Amino acid sequence: MSDHTADPFAPTVTSLAAALKRGDVSSRELATDCLKRIERAEPALNSFISVTAEQALAAADAADRARADGRAGFLTGVPLAFKDIFCTRDVKTSCGSKMLDNFIAPYSATAVQKLDAAGCVSLGKTNMDEFAMGSSNESSYYGAVKNPWDLTAVPGGSSGGSAAAVAAGLVPATLGTDTGGSIRQPAAFCGITGLKPTYGRISRYGIIAYASSLDQAGPMARTAEDCAHLLGAIAGHDPRDSTSAPHAVPDYAAELDAPLTGLKIGLPREYFGDGLDPAAAHAVNEAVKVYESLGATVRDVSLPHTRYATSAYYVIAPAEASSNLARFDGVRFGHRCDSPEDLIDLYKRSRAEGFGEEVKRRILIGTHTLSEGFFDAYYIKAQKVRRLIRQDFLDAFDQVDVLMGPTSPTPAFDLGAQKDPVSMYLQDIYTIAVNLAGIPGISVPAGFSGARPVGLQILGAHFSEARLLNVAHRFQQATDWHRQRPAFAKEIV
Amino acid sequence: MALQHTHVRRAAHLARLDISDAQAERFVDDLSRMLDMVDQLQSIDTEGVAPLLHPLDATQRLRADDVTESDQRERFQRLAPATENGLYLVPRVVE
Repeated sequence: MSDHTADPFAPTVTSLAAALKRGDVSSRELATDCLKRIERAEPALNSFISVTAEQALAAADAADRARADGRAGFLTGVPLAFKDIFCTRDVKTSCGSKMLDNFIAPYSATAVQKLDAAGCVSLGKTNMDEFAMGSSNESSYYGAVKNPWDLTAVPGGSSGGSAAAVAAGLVPATLGTDTGGSIRQPAAFCGITGLKPTYGRISRYGIIAYASSLDQAGPMARTAEDCAHLLGAIAGHDPRDSTSAPHAVPDYAAELDAPLTGLKIGLPREYFGDGLDPAAAHAVNEAVKVYESLGATVRDVSLPHTRYATSAYYVIAPAEASSNLARFDGVRFGHRCDSPEDLIDLYKRSRAEGFGEEVKRRILIGTHTLSEGFFDAYYIKAQKVRRLIRQDFLDAFDQVDVLMGPTSPTPAFDLGAQKDPVSMYLQDIYTIAVNLAGIPGISVPAGFSGARPVGLQILGAHFSEARLLNVAHRFQQATDWHRQRPAFAKEIV
Repeated sequence: MALQHTHVRRAAHLARLDISDAQAERFVDDLSRMLDMVDQLQSIDTEGVAPLLHPLDATQRLRADDVTESDQRERFQRLAPATENGLYLVPRVVE
């Protein structure tokens, strides 16, 4: 590969866009290089479910022609990949499930359409926990993904394949989705940058629904700067998603360099409690010192309902999932059982065969809590607590501009280490409340615990993505945690 | 609220999931532990708090009732396990 970037092991969207603009490299060369890396990495990593080489090369050639004709934009010719939860026209879209193993999406998600229109080149679809239900990527029908920093560790989930692919340098960026931490936690585990925008900032049209009042798509990349470019390309109102926000989309990249003088940082004391890995705590404390040196002030704040967030989430998310996943009925698309006796048998066996254990658990608990006699005690109660959790954040943002803490209480755990579903759920304690409140959050690399990366999570008020990206970018100008590469990324180049 | 075998059986039927007795037993264990965690919610005073259904408290926006989609029946039905004359085929419901 030609030497067109400062970091050949893991180039950024921004560096590749600049190289393409200068004419140092063609989109076809970049796509070909990504395909080679994927081929070398995948036996060990398993980060992709589908690699769409033929379509990628055709898209790359189209991008090169657009550039030759003077029709190129910033992202034209940049390679990337999509979590396999995004519908991509004429490409298998499995959502990590046997249920959709035979599903070729007949249309593309709005976010995919927007990046297509911007000239991005998709290399394929990344692995994920089945129907985005999981924190380790071990519930995928297509097998577990490995963490490129340590192949015996999980990459996190549910966007684990997306995070691992970026960390290994297979693609400079991916789109993921985040319902309870599924962008931020794998970003932290894999040492990359991942942004969960405000609920409604990006259209959910064409994203296979898990929990509709919590789901939100977002970019996963090496830097906040890359995330800013991608967010700008995909954010905005969409008539096809009535919950997408009508708010104007700012120029996120233009605000990256704003000074942080006077920035008020809050440290939620509930995010530094028992169970927090000492190295993760140390990394966050060191990051806060960097911010103080950049002119920020720091104070303690309280989010008193934090410890109830996981409980509220595991009522609300499965309830919404049980409703959303009712569409998989073996009639119109997806898996159908052999020789059904009658219609009920067709439904029951198609669903029993098509869904994995974790999905069934969540459908069953969601159906139970919504059923007669339990609805008020569980669902309505959880929605009331959800309001209290959101109010905690609104009160905090009256006092400070951003909140900071660890993304996850521990670094990536070993594959197969979490046997009990509930103990895995409790790992998401710092990310889950953010989705309940609908606010944006970003995870940036902030150090290591042993050989495994740890993330700093930065949270802001609704629609404060420009500020979050600015705050994350200034940190990345002052530190080099985001430039660290796993040995694996170098071995496959 | 302790979870019983009959609760799991009822939920499985409502959710149209075929499960064996052995699986039902395992789900009783798993779901009981989930509900033990969830039961923490009961200790919070939510008197006078309105349920939050949408994180931005937004209400459903309406649009003009115009036709915006084209007919793609054939394209969509290519995904179906069984169709005939533009209809989805399922086992006979009415004898």
